Amino acid sequence: MFESHILSFAIWVPILAGILVLFTGGDQHAGKARWLALIGSIVAFAVTVPLYTGFDFADGGFQFQEGFQWIPAFNINYHLGVDGIAVPLILLTSFTTIIVVIAGWEVIEKRVAQYNAAFLIMSGLMIGVFSALDAILYYVFWEAMLIPMFLVIGIWGGPNRVYATIKFFLYTLLGSLLMLVAFIYLYHQTNSFEIVDYYRMPIALDVQILIFLAFFMAFAVKIPMWPVHTWLPDAHVEAPTGGSVVLAAIALKLGGYSFLRFAMPIAPDAAHYLTGFMVTLSLIAIVYIALVALVQQDMKKLIAYSSISHMGFVTLGFFLFNPLGMEGAVVQMISHGFISTAMFLCVGVLYDRMHSRQIADYGGVANTMPTFAAFAVLFGMANAGLPGTSGFVGEFMVILASLQVNFWYAFLAATTLIFGAAYTLWMVKRVFFGEIANAHVAELKDLNRREFLILGVLTVLVIGFGVYPQPITEMTHASVSQLLSHLAQSKLPAL
Amino acid sequence: MNALQSDLFSALPELWVLSMAMVILLLDLFLKPQQRILIYLASQLTLLGAGVLTIVTHVPTVGYAFNAMFVDDTLSDVIKVMMYIGTSLILVYSRQYLQLRGMFRGEFYALVLFSLAGMMVMASGQHFLTLYIGLELLSLSLYALVALDRDNVRATEAAMKYFVLGALASGMLLYGMSMLYGATGSLHISEVSSRLMNGGDHHAVMVLGLVFVVAGMAFKLGAVPFQMWIPDVYEGAPTVVTLLIGSVTKLAAFAFVIRLLIQGLAVLAVDWQNMLVIMAVLSIAIGNITAIVQTNLKRMLAYSTISHIGFLLFGFMSVSGNGLASAFFYIASYTIMSLAAFGVILLLSRQGFEADTLDDLKGLNQRSPWYAFLMMITMFSMAGIPPTLGFYAKFTVLQAALQAGYLWVVVFAVLMAAIGAYYYLRIVKLMYFDEPQDHSPIVAPFGMKAALSVNALSLLVLGLLPQILMSICAYAIVQSL
Repeated sequence: MFESHILSFAIWVPILAGILVLFTGGDQHAGKARWLALIGSIVAFAVTVPLYTGFDFADGGFQFQEGFQWIPAFNINYHLGVDGIAVPLILLTSFTTIIVVIAGWEVIEKRVAQYNAAFLIMSGLMIGVFSALDAILYYVFWEAMLIPMFLVIGIWGGPNRVYATIKFFLYTLLGSLLMLVAFIYLYHQTNSFEIVDYYRMPIALDVQILIFLAFFMAFAVKIPMWPVHTWLPDAHVEAPTGGSVVLAAIALKLGGYSFLRFAMPIAPDAAHYLTGFMVTLSLIAIVYIALVALVQQDMKKLIAYSSISHMGFVTLGFFLFNPLGMEGAVVQMISHGFISTAMFLCVGVLYDRMHSRQIADYGGVANTMPTFAAFAVLFGMANAGLPGTSGFVGEFMVILASLQVNFWYAFLAATTLIFGAAYTLWMVKRVFFGEIANAHVAELKDLNRREFLILGVLTVLVIGFGVYPQPITEMTHASVSQLLSHLAQSKLPAL
Repeated sequence: MNALQSDLFSALPELWVLSMAMVILLLDLFLKPQQRILIYLASQLTLLGAGVLTIVTHVPTVGYAFNAMFVDDTLSDVIKVMMYIGTSLILVYSRQYLQLRGMFRGEFYALVLFSLAGMMVMASGQHFLTLYIGLELLSLSLYALVALDRDNVRATEAAMKYFVLGALASGMLLYGMSMLYGATGSLHISEVSSRLMNGGDHHAVMVLGLVFVVAGMAFKLGAVPFQMWIPDVYEGAPTVVTLLIGSVTKLAAFAFVIRLLIQGLAVLAVDWQNMLVIMAVLSIAIGNITAIVQTNLKRMLAYSTISHIGFLLFGFMSVSGNGLASAFFYIASYTIMSLAAFGVILLLSRQGFEADTLDDLKGLNQRSPWYAFLMMITMFSMAGIPPTLGFYAKFTVLQAALQAGYLWVVVFAVLMAAIGAYYYLRIVKLMYFDEPQDHSPIVAPFGMKAALSVNALSLLVLGLLPQILMSICAYAIVQSL
């Protein structure tokens, strides 16, 4: 039973755990809710591990498939399956959920059960997005995920949370609805909502372009690409630490993943046709957004812009149409998941103590929190793409790949190694080094065991994948080459 | 079985409801005020009996009665059963509200049952006059119901407005019907249809008649530009009556459109489809945009109704089984959502307090997480966010419209749906993100709490298993048309 339904377990275990947590009741039972959420998230992670251990590395197609007819009237199926691109992202999701639950342990004091339940349910829904092979099933997971995120930002967020969360919701919804129209159009052509059927279906170029743009609206908002990125800094700044972590580590990857799953293979000719457009937007994100990050006063905002800039690498890698670039992009997605998680947790550590995210309020933190400063400097280096950390691997692969295509792409992309180092290290310098800025900083206490534990685990992962990224590249290799060979074939109908 | 028996057999549920309405009116005369609970029970019993009669007398074939002026088919049976369930919920939700406001009298129940009888006749009408009689029985009962709280100035004003505009619309409808009669020589829906099929020489007259019929119908549905009465009546009427107008009557209006436009005037589809497209687009745009600036919850839901009617009309853009089944599914889903939304308003209202402004929902999550959750499901369902029923409702009508080739209309509609999501989100925001302004406990009979919970949760359950409702709607359409 378990063997053939691993994906269903991966989706529904966290969701059911979340519902159970909701039933622990009010804040007088907060302890119970926390422990239950922790156990739930660990079990949920455990059920996703067989996706790695049982994965056939040579097979580029969909594995662990399962399904049944869900809505026969429209030929909609509950059809799940994953390839080598989805599995690392699923593992990242279930792993991050544990981190989020631990990170909110003492920090979240009001409505603890609802907080933890929202993250567990969200985790299940995002795994659903990564594993759905039916367009409507995918869409249901994709949209449903907005509801818990909307509540997380709105209930536990900062002072301007209402504006931020409504902006987040409406931006994403608007894009998604156009994607729904594209799905319905494809359904009327094929009488099916199976993604695989869409891969095979020949489509005229002008229609492909419209379909690609509809998908683009949905995914570009989610990634987010310049110029539809403006919701992200707002959402990140206002969200509680856990919300920022999930947004940066996973939610952004939903958009990147979906480009590979939908937009490019369904409309490959349009993807080639619009390569210039996509690469331009990616390069603007990499360069311009990095410059924007440089002038930020708010640490979370700075990391948010840095996320957008790093996601620019992901889309750039996709639209180079070569294996190195695409694998680099996937590595970058995973690595950014770890690094952004760590960066937001570091800001969270400071915010919990000082209730400020302004860089100007800090200075000389290294004197009072030496252990924490060591972690923060390491993650800062990783964010800047220092060799030996996971941040370097993906960026380097994408830069090499773009060099094969066009020198100037590579040149512009490589500037990020300078700008990234500039904004990250400048922030680290202003916050951690120098004289102790004020009395509040002088009173700071160093990491407690809980914080040490999660930052320690992330350190191991960031350095581990920096030195030895093979587990990710091996896993994605077959799927990426299959995708690229599919993309190389025109889907235009024969004249 | 002779002709009379078979006539009576087909119309048994209608006759039962009508006679029970009169029995209740009489019964009320002999009951002391503290015994009025019997009236409530008798009304519920009436609905239960009607449900049993409808199901027992159901035959899969199409049966005609009273010289084919009345039809008993699967569609009418399904719609009627939905009406009973909806009306029964309305009675459950309204009991405490009526008791607290001194309106717990026999008239309310008798009028609700009369309006139900009118709706049932509309669902089964196969003749212009039958349809018109059903519509008027419904409308006249509703005018009286809106004015039930007779000392309330808002309510009487709303009733007056409703009556004047409603009478005008009925007049337009009748005028249009008379023109169609002049052009085809018959008032029987099937005969009108077959004469149209054989080519009419009076196309201009028929189209002119059609315009009036569509206008009258649009008024009853509340589609733009005939929506003016909806916000005022929704706001002014006692919430229990708004609940009735906003939910079950839409099922009747749907049946009315099916009988008139699809069964009667399908040949003129080219002509009326253009009108429906314009009305649908305008309804969605004006309904959604105007709803954003409302501060009164009932008024906001009124504009939300208008936009939902716009989406409903999408289902009629293709005269296919697919399109009509989508429209039916949409209106059935909408009825469930609307019942839940108004149910929450009734739950929060108490003696001398209406809970009908948006601010009354503030901090509901802290007062009662469960009802906040139910209202949240309802709001997300209305906004069309999966995994709620509302998403599948929007999905089915959009795919029907896309199948009919209205790509850009559909794109416009989804953009408007995103705008519309804002005001539903605002309600979730008020309930979850804001601090409560009033901390009074939520008091309601157990039956109401249970019914409301089932009502709202069904949006989620049917959202996970939409096939159940979808196949019922599709079956009813396939069996009857």
